[in-house]
Amino acid sequence: MILVFCELKEGTIRKPSAEALSEGRRLADAAGLKLGAIFAGASCAGSADAAKYGADVIYCAEGASLASYSSDGFAQVLADTVQAKGATVLLAAATAVGKDVAPRAAARLGAGYASDVTGLAMVGGKLQAVRPVYAGKAFATTSFASAVQVATTRPNVFPLAEKAGAGAAEAVAAPAGGFKSVVKEILAKASGKVDLSEANIIVSGGRGMKDGANFGLLEALADAIGGVVGASRAAVDAGWGLPHSMQVGQTGKVVSPTLYIACGISGAIQHIAGMSGSKFIVAINKDPEAPIFKLADYGIVGDLFEVVPELTKSAQSMGIGSN
Amino acid sequence: MKILVAIKQVPDTESRIKVAADGCSLDPADVKWIISPYDEYALEEAIRIKEGKGAEVVALTVGGEAARDVLKNALALGADSAVLLKGDGQGDAYAVAQMIAAYAKDKGFDLFLCGNKGLGGDNAAMGPMLAELLNVAQANVVVKLELGDGTFRAEREVEGGSEVVEGALPAVITAQKGLNEPRYASLKGIMAAKKKTIEEADAAPATAGSCVTTLVLPPERAAGRRLEGEAPAQAAALLQALKDEAKVF
Repeated sequence: MILVFCELKEGTIRKPSAEALSEGRRLADAAGLKLGAIFAGASCAGSADAAKYGADVIYCAEGASLASYSSDGFAQVLADTVQAKGATVLLAAATAVGKDVAPRAAARLGAGYASDVTGLAMVGGKLQAVRPVYAGKAFATTSFASAVQVATTRPNVFPLAEKAGAGAAEAVAAPAGGFKSVVKEILAKASGKVDLSEANIIVSGGRGMKDGANFGLLEALADAIGGVVGASRAAVDAGWGLPHSMQVGQTGKVVSPTLYIACGISGAIQHIAGMSGSKFIVAINKDPEAPIFKLADYGIVGDLFEVVPELTKSAQSMGIGSN
Repeated sequence: MKILVAIKQVPDTESRIKVAADGCSLDPADVKWIISPYDEYALEEAIRIKEGKGAEVVALTVGGEAARDVLKNALALGADSAVLLKGDGQGDAYAVAQMIAAYAKDKGFDLFLCGNKGLGGDNAAMGPMLAELLNVAQANVVVKLELGDGTFRAEREVEGGSEVVEGALPAVITAQKGLNEPRYASLKGIMAAKKKTIEEADAAPATAGSCVTTLVLPPERAAGRRLEGEAPAQAAALLQALKDEAKVF
């Protein structure tokens, strides 16, 4: 069995989890295996939707002890279910929770682990993973030596595929509690926008923005085309008050949106490493020799302070982002 | 309080990556090695705890002779002692976690600090694996850490904000940028470090869970197109191209 750990948000399967399920179904078909989905929490309401992405069985660990996320508590649920159901592959989305729990569950199972993978295959009955290393400057094919194989899938990479599965619901026991650590409080940002790692469109600013206040121009464009705003390390480190959570690059977030618009970003290796997986790249820069242009599908040599407001205006008049 | 800081030597972020002749590892020629930037935050946090409430700080790395450099630097910054576990520190995270766990077990550490990922390998796995092998608490990608009496409170980065994790010590905490502002080594620290010795031990035997079979460079992106004219014309042409050619909208 291939088992996929799925996260729920307000009673709906999170998109990165649905992507992992879709990929799990594809792998299970290729290897002639069953696909299981595993949910954990105080309530698993919404888990039935896993059948839409091909789950044959939907396991639910429901209990008060799982009401708040616990690294060791959730790792125990995943490892126990893998063992009880004889799963050989455990997948999770490479989200904040997925990346926290999957390696711990892997160690508990004595299993190898590949994180943030962009490609998966079943070769000779075992998982094989392709993952970016050196923040995308190279790709490593990873093979597993262990009987159980664990991987997390990078969001926005694996296509969603709806394929009806039997979706038989089955309860699994929740641990009694007494976990070593537990989440006590969520400190959410006010914006409520999607995270850079899951965003479909990113408008990013670099040193050429000249000041943090000018990022308002990028916000306006992002709002007009349905995107979120990122920044280069140069901009985050410039003391303009931009949080590190906005940083795209090797020492920030590695992103793979459909569209990445780089404004006033020269294209240091550090930055390129974090965004070169984008499907389409647009560069807006005054310097025609900026390295970012080598990467860009569309390049605009010009003053971003003129071009960006024009883009916002045109996008609004064309009705982009409103559909 | 006794703190173990696990640090890793990695290629500098400005390094161009070349694949070695074996087709599955990094060509080390021309690579400048540095301490993984996230490990700097881990080390700084340990030193601040030592300065604040008092602690013994042990810096540890797994590697060969070349890895001594990051330990020397850790001693100069304020670590009390340093340990070089001789073994493959660039390989599988599960194997490295086993080596560190075998060393640290029964030595009475209250806190284990390391970067949330080793730059380059980007596994983000060693910390949580170490926590599981030692059967202790964990908090990953931490931007704020407070220690109580046998407890910790950590703020960690999650999508769209942060969350507060509370737990019992001992614990593995993996550091994220923002946790602190790492200091530079002082001349006094560098001189004092010269008098300290680096403990050396063979890493315990470990079982790798995975291995890299091939390493390839990404395909070059096809040449793009420049959009000419004044700003309004450029903006209109771009949106049209994104709509018609790229079908983004």
